[in-house]
Amino acid sequence: MKLLNEKRIYTLLMIIALSAIAMLLLIILFILKEGLPFIFLTGIRDFLLSSEWQPASGKFGIFPMIVGSLWVTLGAMLVGVPLGLAGAVFISEFIPGWAMKIIKPTIELLAGIPSVVYGFIGVMVLAPLVREYLGGPGLSIASSSIILGIMILPTILSISIDSIKAVPRSYREGAFALGATHWQTIHMVVIPAARSGIIAGVILGLGRAIGETMAVIMVAGNSVKLPVSALDSVRTLTANIALEMGYATGRHREALFATGVVLLIIIMTLNYVATAAVRKRIKK
Amino acid sequence: MIIHPRYTQALAISLLVLLTVFTLAILVFIIIFVFSKGLPYITFDFLFSNPQDMGKAGGIFPTLIGTVILPLIAILIATPLGVGTAVFLTEYTRENRITRWIRFGADCLAGIPSIIFGLFGFIFFVTTLEMGWSIISGSLTLAFMILPTIIRTSEEAIKAVPYSYREVGFSLGATLWQTVRKIVLPNALPGIVTGIMLSIGRSIGETAVVIFTAGSSLRLPNSIFDSIRTMSVHFYILAREGISNQNAYATAAVLIISILSINLVTYWMMNRFIAKKTK
Repeated sequence: MKLLNEKRIYTLLMIIALSAIAMLLLIILFILKEGLPFIFLTGIRDFLLSSEWQPASGKFGIFPMIVGSLWVTLGAMLVGVPLGLAGAVFISEFIPGWAMKIIKPTIELLAGIPSVVYGFIGVMVLAPLVREYLGGPGLSIASSSIILGIMILPTILSISIDSIKAVPRSYREGAFALGATHWQTIHMVVIPAARSGIIAGVILGLGRAIGETMAVIMVAGNSVKLPVSALDSVRTLTANIALEMGYATGRHREALFATGVVLLIIIMTLNYVATAAVRKRIKK
Repeated sequence: MIIHPRYTQALAISLLVLLTVFTLAILVFIIIFVFSKGLPYITFDFLFSNPQDMGKAGGIFPTLIGTVILPLIAILIATPLGVGTAVFLTEYTRENRITRWIRFGADCLAGIPSIIFGLFGFIFFVTTLEMGWSIISGSLTLAFMILPTIIRTSEEAIKAVPYSYREVGFSLGATLWQTVRKIVLPNALPGIVTGIMLSIGRSIGETAVVIFTAGSSLRLPNSIFDSIRTMSVHFYILAREGISNQNAYATAAVLIISILSINLVTYWMMNRFIAKKTK
């Protein structure tokens, strides 16, 4: 009786556990079902490489949005990675334990602040500054890169801090014993040893930057044209979906799902590369 | 020219200090900015009265309800699935092809951006299953979104329960399930709750998903099939359409306070958990 029960529980738990895969498949299936036929009907080249997005006259080219997503993400990494890494090294190597108890929760709180709030601060504080001191309309690649860079800081900080803290004490002691200064120990021993964790944090931040929607909508300006400089307004793939989903119907809506397909493929590739990179390093 | 390591070190460390101070300053500025602009407008009336004129005047009561109920139902759906998966992965199998696939699925799910969840929820729950823009569509979609977090944190919590605890269970003649239910899960509970709190925080902050699946009705819902607006969505609409900056700041402050309190509770629980484990 007891054993029979155990078997049933095993089966039940396995079914539950497979739900994660089922959900993933369901999501991919429905997004592809809505988006793929459109991509093939329009032609992959026309859809991806045409710069004309005029839903009213049936022109659907998302090249400017791909470029937009790329620039904004790159910019966010330029802002977020150096600050995040420097912060992580300093916080984990030089800050005493009691101060960590304040800093860590603050970082986690910032990770929890809704992206719309970051976006709003971008509009109210950052965009006017950019407009005044750098020129352009203010709502631009530059502003959204800075806001996104700040938004991914908590992710990069907390994962990097954890992986730097996880480097065994003996590594440091070895370096010190050889007469290395603290800084030499950090950049020659500690950082290389923590590299896989740091890379994972950076890639997670990258994924978050590409996928971010609401903050970007508020700060990027959203005009559909190829940007010439960092002070130009752009529209990202995510913004394209969110802006027009509310009223899109028919082919227009399919085009938005097709945009989702492109986004999904980019993110999945990124995730795959990230896990592969981390796994390879662990094997080594 | 060779620079003495001591000088490189001094230079590097001062640069680190500078960058760290800059980083922390930005982050602290954001919190102080929102609080200074929003806190003065938070009154009892603002929290507990209905909005008037699209949110230009009046309070945020319906969105407060939305912010509580939407994550709550999502948690009720995702927790059994997430904890069940974690138990299966840690207690019932060894590492094999199935567990690798499950983990891969959960990791992929974790990496999908929220806008994709929004699209999916819209086409699947709202349109295909004809649930419309409703609390239930929104909660189901959010449940999909938070499942990976719950799986991951529960797995960590269950793994942290010492093996000797299980051995005691087995030595008393308990079956695997009895051991899991009466020994492992109770001991892993604080860790599991941490994951749940994190997920609530994420759901509260979510905007894109909620607009696409739960809509943005400002009325109080009668059932789970009614549309609802959360604070994040309300804030977005107030800010983006320039309805009222004052109310937008106040809503943002309420949002940050809720997330802050959730985090504090989580932090306190986690510390208690760690203290208990090291005892």
